[in-house]
Amino acid sequence: MSEAGLNVIEASLSIKGASLLSQASLALNPGELVILLGPNGAGKTSLLRVALGLARADGGTATLAGRDPGALTPTERARAVTYLPQMRDLAWPIRVRDVVALGRFAYGAAPARLAEADTIAVAHALAACDLLALANRATDTLSGGELARVHIARALASQAPLMVADEPVASLDPRHQHQVMRLIRAFVDRGGGALVVLHDLDLAALFADRLVWMSEGRTLASGSVAETMTPHWVEAVYGIQATVTRSDGAIRVLVGR
Amino acid sequence: MRARWLIPGLVVGILVALVVACLLGSVPLPPARMATALLGMGEPGDMLVVWQVRLPRALAALVAGGALGLSGAALQGLLRNPLAEPGVLGVSAMSALFATVALFYGLAAVIPFALPLAAIAGALAATAIIAWAAPRSRSVVTLILVGVGISSFSGAIMALLMNLAPNPFTLADMVTWMMGSVANRSLDDLALSAPFIAAGAALLIAARRGLTALALGEEAAAGVGLDVARQRMLVVLGAGLATGSAVALAGAIGFVGIVAPHLVRPWVGHDPARVLVPSALLSGLILILADITVRIIPGDTELKLGVVAALIGAPVFVMIAIRRGAVR
Repeated sequence: MSEAGLNVIEASLSIKGASLLSQASLALNPGELVILLGPNGAGKTSLLRVALGLARADGGTATLAGRDPGALTPTERARAVTYLPQMRDLAWPIRVRDVVALGRFAYGAAPARLAEADTIAVAHALAACDLLALANRATDTLSGGELARVHIARALASQAPLMVADEPVASLDPRHQHQVMRLIRAFVDRGGGALVVLHDLDLAALFADRLVWMSEGRTLASGSVAETMTPHWVEAVYGIQATVTRSDGAIRVLVGR
Repeated sequence: MRARWLIPGLVVGILVALVVACLLGSVPLPPARMATALLGMGEPGDMLVVWQVRLPRALAALVAGGALGLSGAALQGLLRNPLAEPGVLGVSAMSALFATVALFYGLAAVIPFALPLAAIAGALAATAIIAWAAPRSRSVVTLILVGVGISSFSGAIMALLMNLAPNPFTLADMVTWMMGSVANRSLDDLALSAPFIAAGAALLIAARRGLTALALGEEAAAGVGLDVARQRMLVVLGAGLATGSAVALAGAIGFVGIVAPHLVRPWVGHDPARVLVPSALLSGLILILADITVRIIPGDTELKLGVVAALIGAPVFVMIAIRRGAVR
């Protein structure tokens, strides 16, 4: 575990008598892409919120950048880890460049006032996500795939060492799903650490360095794709039968039989 | 970029409107005499017309309009909704109610700042209820209904006060208050409200950066480093101060806070932070023009400024509501 990483050990959380997490554990270090898998309602988002210090666990310990995440100020948190929650519509059709510039918020920048370092970070992020041509477009004129890329660019502009993304490819077509995952992979290859919630097992097998399997508030297993992408864990977590095939080093999951 | 000319253009427009407001009125005043009076060298009669009557009410319209436009734009950013506005949300009504109570139960005669303070307290109470309700209801409709509830409640108590009014003069005063007017405002009235408006405006402008972050939604805004609870507190306090003191100055004028931000938004790329200042300037300009209209329409009794504002603003409100319905 490194100083820059994110760590949750046996966290429990219940709200209004309903148990959302029970002894769930999670670790993320720079240079790895961790994919969190689990059915709807398994507690994935709650676990992310505890890891980020946005929700306080009833039991267990959490550290972020070597500190208690709940004690970080919003600015300190945003500089340590960039968080992309499940996508919601933007309230206003603001410009692509301005959305990306919000990634610099924790450095005191506003889209109307960017320091030199902010301008450079925004320009790099736009270029990395192939958004330069769209920089002055209003966000309500973008397709879902383009908007997903805008949010990734916003995360990159923050230049935080870690990224936590909650279903960044939800409702995207396969081409755009791969496009977004490749951008996250490139971020990890440059030394970042990414924690991504996904529902697509094939996509997870293709991109993950490590998988974390979650069900009913518990983290059941954590390990490499080769170790844990097995019919056993698919059934334990999702309650469905699956066939896992390996050919040419690629792992494919055939769900339902 | 055309956005660069927006603020200078509005400032020039306001200056022109102020001069026009000094020129027009029931007593004819040629431009040359008006100009000398404005510079403080005119005849006593002209000086009286310009400095005691026309300029104070034009300035009151500018300041009240500016405060309402700024509050409207900031509340819209906070609540992520173009229909949020002090009038629609019941903030002005609650503020007018508190001010009326202070005025007619003699508090304002005893304590010098009682009137603006009471109006501000009313505005803060309403804004706090709305900011408390907002994160609990994802739906815009619920929020508007909360506003309607606050408005109706204030209206009912106001009706009761009118019922109990000791004489017709008090009643007429109360009506003026509810409808909004800047007639017979003096520079002293302006000086009483101005510090509170300035404080509210300073809070809102200091908090404007966070409004852009809130466009992402509260969770993502917290993710980019915004202290959402603090942001909500700043905007509630700022909008409460500004709206309350605007009501203390000019009564409950509705809908200006909706029209100006709506017109400004496309010019500034819909960024809720960049909307604030031009909205304040534009709604100040709109109210000066509306007040000039009120004064030059011939008739025995003057039309109330709030009525004119609602005649322009209410259709815009309905239009925005219908358009949003079509999008969703």
